[in-house]
Amino acid sequence: MMTVAELDAIKAKLHSQMMLRKGSEAGEDTYRKHVLVCGGTGCTSSGSMGIINKLNEELKKNGIENEVKVIKTGCFGLCALGPIMIVYPEGSFYSMVKEENIPEIVSEHLVKGNVVERLLYSETVTDSGIKSLNETNFYKKQHRVALRNCGVISPENIEEYIALDGYQALAKVLTQMTPEDVIQTILDSGLRGRGGGGFPTGKKWQLARNLVKDADQKYVCCNADEGDPGAFMDRSVLEGDPHVVIEAMAIAGYAIGATQGYIYVRAEYPIAVERLRIAIGQAREYGLLGDNILGTGFKFDLDLRLGAGAFVCGEETALMTSIEGNRGEPRPRPPFPAESGLFQKPTILNNVETYANVPQIILNGADWFASMGTEKSKGTKVFALGGKIHNTGLVEIPMGTTLREVIYEIGGGIPNGKEFKAAQTGGPSGGCIPAEHLDIPIDYDNLISIGSMMGSGGLIVMDENNCMVDIAKFFLEFTVDESCGKCTPCRIGTKRLYEMLEKITSGNATLEDLDKMEKLCYYIKNNSLCGLGQTAPNPVLSTLRYFKDEYLAHVVDKKCPAGVCQDLLTYKIVADKCKGCTACARKCPVGAISGTVKEPHSIDTTKCIKCGACMATCKFGAIVKE
Amino acid sequence: MAFKKSVVAFSQTPEQEQKLMEVINKEKGHKGALMPILQQAQEIYGYLPIEVQTIIAEEMGISLEKVYGVVTFYAQFSLNPKGKYKISVCLGTACYVKGSGDVYNKLQEVLNIKGGELTPDGKFSLEACRCIGACGLAPVMTINDDVYGRLTVDEVGDILAKYND
Repeated sequence: MMTVAELDAIKAKLHSQMMLRKGSEAGEDTYRKHVLVCGGTGCTSSGSMGIINKLNEELKKNGIENEVKVIKTGCFGLCALGPIMIVYPEGSFYSMVKEENIPEIVSEHLVKGNVVERLLYSETVTDSGIKSLNETNFYKKQHRVALRNCGVISPENIEEYIALDGYQALAKVLTQMTPEDVIQTILDSGLRGRGGGGFPTGKKWQLARNLVKDADQKYVCCNADEGDPGAFMDRSVLEGDPHVVIEAMAIAGYAIGATQGYIYVRAEYPIAVERLRIAIGQAREYGLLGDNILGTGFKFDLDLRLGAGAFVCGEETALMTSIEGNRGEPRPRPPFPAESGLFQKPTILNNVETYANVPQIILNGADWFASMGTEKSKGTKVFALGGKIHNTGLVEIPMGTTLREVIYEIGGGIPNGKEFKAAQTGGPSGGCIPAEHLDIPIDYDNLISIGSMMGSGGLIVMDENNCMVDIAKFFLEFTVDESCGKCTPCRIGTKRLYEMLEKITSGNATLEDLDKMEKLCYYIKNNSLCGLGQTAPNPVLSTLRYFKDEYLAHVVDKKCPAGVCQDLLTYKIVADKCKGCTACARKCPVGAISGTVKEPHSIDTTKCIKCGACMATCKFGAIVKE
Repeated sequence: MAFKKSVVAFSQTPEQEQKLMEVINKEKGHKGALMPILQQAQEIYGYLPIEVQTIIAEEMGISLEKVYGVVTFYAQFSLNPKGKYKISVCLGTACYVKGSGDVYNKLQEVLNIKGGELTPDGKFSLEACRCIGACGLAPVMTINDDVYGRLTVDEVGDILAKYND
C-alpha cells in the first residue's frame, strides 16, 4: 500500500527530470537530454520502433547512453509528419525521421549540440532562428487538457505520470472530498459526454449515486470502443496517457459508490490494449487500484474487456450486453443504466476523453474548466483531422473555435490547391457541413442546429473531387453492415436506404425516389430502437439539405459532377491534346480505343468498361472523364 | 457479412486442445466469460470452427446456439481459416475519401477473390477493416503486421510480389 506522502515523494524525485521536458536545463544526477519518440499507432505504422532501436544503438556507439535518455511516448498529434521525434530541453522537433538520419542527429545534435536544421519540421525553422513548437500554426491555437500528457510522458511508466500530478486528484477526493462534493464539482464544471451524446457527466454520476440506495454492487465502465471510422482520439489517450483513465474511473467509483470497473476497448487497438494492461498492473502494484487505496479504506479495481468489432457496441446498453458475454444488441431504455445496467446493477458509462478531463477538473476546480468553451459546451474537444487536409492528426481546441480556424489555420488547408467542399463530423451518425457554415463556433448545440453532431470527434475534410452522394452511400453501407438486426426500422430501413442511394449513383433514380428517400430517413430516425438507427439517416439528410444540386445532377442529368460514380462517367479523348502516340489504345483491356498513329484517337463508349487505365497512361492529359 | 461454414477439414494438435481447456477452466467461473474465451480460442486456432465452438459450449454448459450466436455477431470472429498472409484494407472514412476503395477493388481483381475470402492456395486472405487509426497515412492496408500507407492502386502488384514464398 502506498500513502499520500509516498506519492508526493515519487513526484518530487522525478520533478527535475520532467522539467527538462518543459525546457529547463538538466539538474544534477539526471540525463542531459531526453529524446521523445512517438510510439502512437500512426508513427509506429510509419516505422518509429526502428527509429528507437537505431537511436539506442547510436547512443551506445557514441558512448552517451548514460547522458541521453530515449523515451517512447504517445501521440504528439501531428500524424501527417510521422515518425516524430523531439529533443529536450531545447525542444527541437524532427519530423518524418528516417533510420538513416539517426547517426547524423546523434553525432551532430546529441553529441556536439548542433541542431540538424535540415531535418526539423520546416515550419519551426525561420530566418530569425528556430521557433518553439507551440508557436507553429498547428499547435498555437490548441489547448491541451485531455491530451496534456500525450507526447510528454512515457505511458508505460507510472512514475512519470505521478511526476506530472498523476493520482493527486484521486488522493484529493479520497482525503478531502465527500462523494457529493465530487459530483457537485463535475456538475459545476459543465463537463458533457465526449462520446457524442453530450449528456452532462455530473448528472449521470448523480443518478447512479442516488437512484438505487441499497445496491450491493455498482459498476463504473469506460467506453473505449471507438468505432467511428476516422476518429482516433480515444485511442491516442489510451496509448499516450492510460493512467488518466484509470485515475478518473477510480474517482467515479468513489463518487457513485462502486468498487469494480470495466474498460471496454476495441481489439483493433493492440497498442492501446497493451499499454492499458501494463498501466493497470502498475496501478495495482503501487496500491492505486485494489483494497485500501492510499490508506483510506477505499476499494476499487478494474478489468479490461476487448470489443470484437461491432460498431453497435459503442451504444451504452449494447456495450454492457457485450461485457456480459452476449451478442451486443441494445436493449430498450428505461430502465437506464444508472438504475439497472451491467449485470442489472446501477452503472455509469463514460467515454475515454470524458474521463481524461476529470482529474484536471478535480485539481484545478470547476470554475477553471467552465471558463473555457461556450455557454453550454464547456472545456475543450479533441478532433481527429483527416481526409483532404494538410495536417492530418489530432488537435484539442477550446469549444467555440470555428471550423475555419480548425481547417485552415490548424489543419493547414486543403492540399493540391483544391476547393473545400464539406467537413464531415460525427461519423456515420453525423452530417456534412458545407462552406457556408465554416464560421460557426463548434459546440454541441451549434453542430446539431446545422444538421450534424459532435460525435466522438472525427473531422473529415472533403474537396471538390469527393461526391457527396457517394459519401452518403459510403456511410449507409457502413450502417447496413453494422446494424445489429434487432429492430426492423434499422435492419430493413437502412438497407432500403442504401439501395435507393445505389439507384441514384447508377443513374436509375427519378425525382420521386428522392422524396421517398427523405420520407424513409425520417421513418428510420423516429422508429429505431437505439442511437445507431436513430442517427443512421443523418449523412443522407445533411447531404440532401446542403448538396441537393448534386443529387439532382445524378437524378436528372445523369451526371456525377465530382467524377466519382462510375456508372455516370464517360471517358473522352480531347482531340486537341491527343498526339496519337497509341499508348492508350495498347493499354485498353477491351480494345475500346481506336485511331491511326499521330492522329487523335477516340473511345468507343459502348465497349469502354471505365477502368481508367487509359487516363493513367496518357502523358498529355488528353483523356478526361465527365 | 457472409458467414460460410469452413470447407477446410478441422484438425487440432493435442497442445491446442490442452491450451483451450486451460483457457476455459481459468475463465469460466467469471462473469461474462464467453467473449474472453472465444477471443483466446481464436488466438489458439486462428479461427473458430464449429468443432471448437462445440467444445466451448459443452465445457461451459451453455447451448451451441448461444456460442454460435455470439461468434457470428462480431466481425472479429472468423468461421474460416485466414490466409498465411492476411490482407486488411482500411475502409474508414479518412482512407475512403483518399481512395482506399480503389485499392480494395484492385486487390480483389488481382487476387481473384472477394473480400472475406481466401485464395485457393491458402496464401492470401482479404478483408476490409474499419479505421485502424493510422489516418495520417491514408489510404492504408496491412498485411499481417506490415503497414502500407499513402497507397496508390499502382503499388498493389509490387507489394503483393514481396510475399512470394
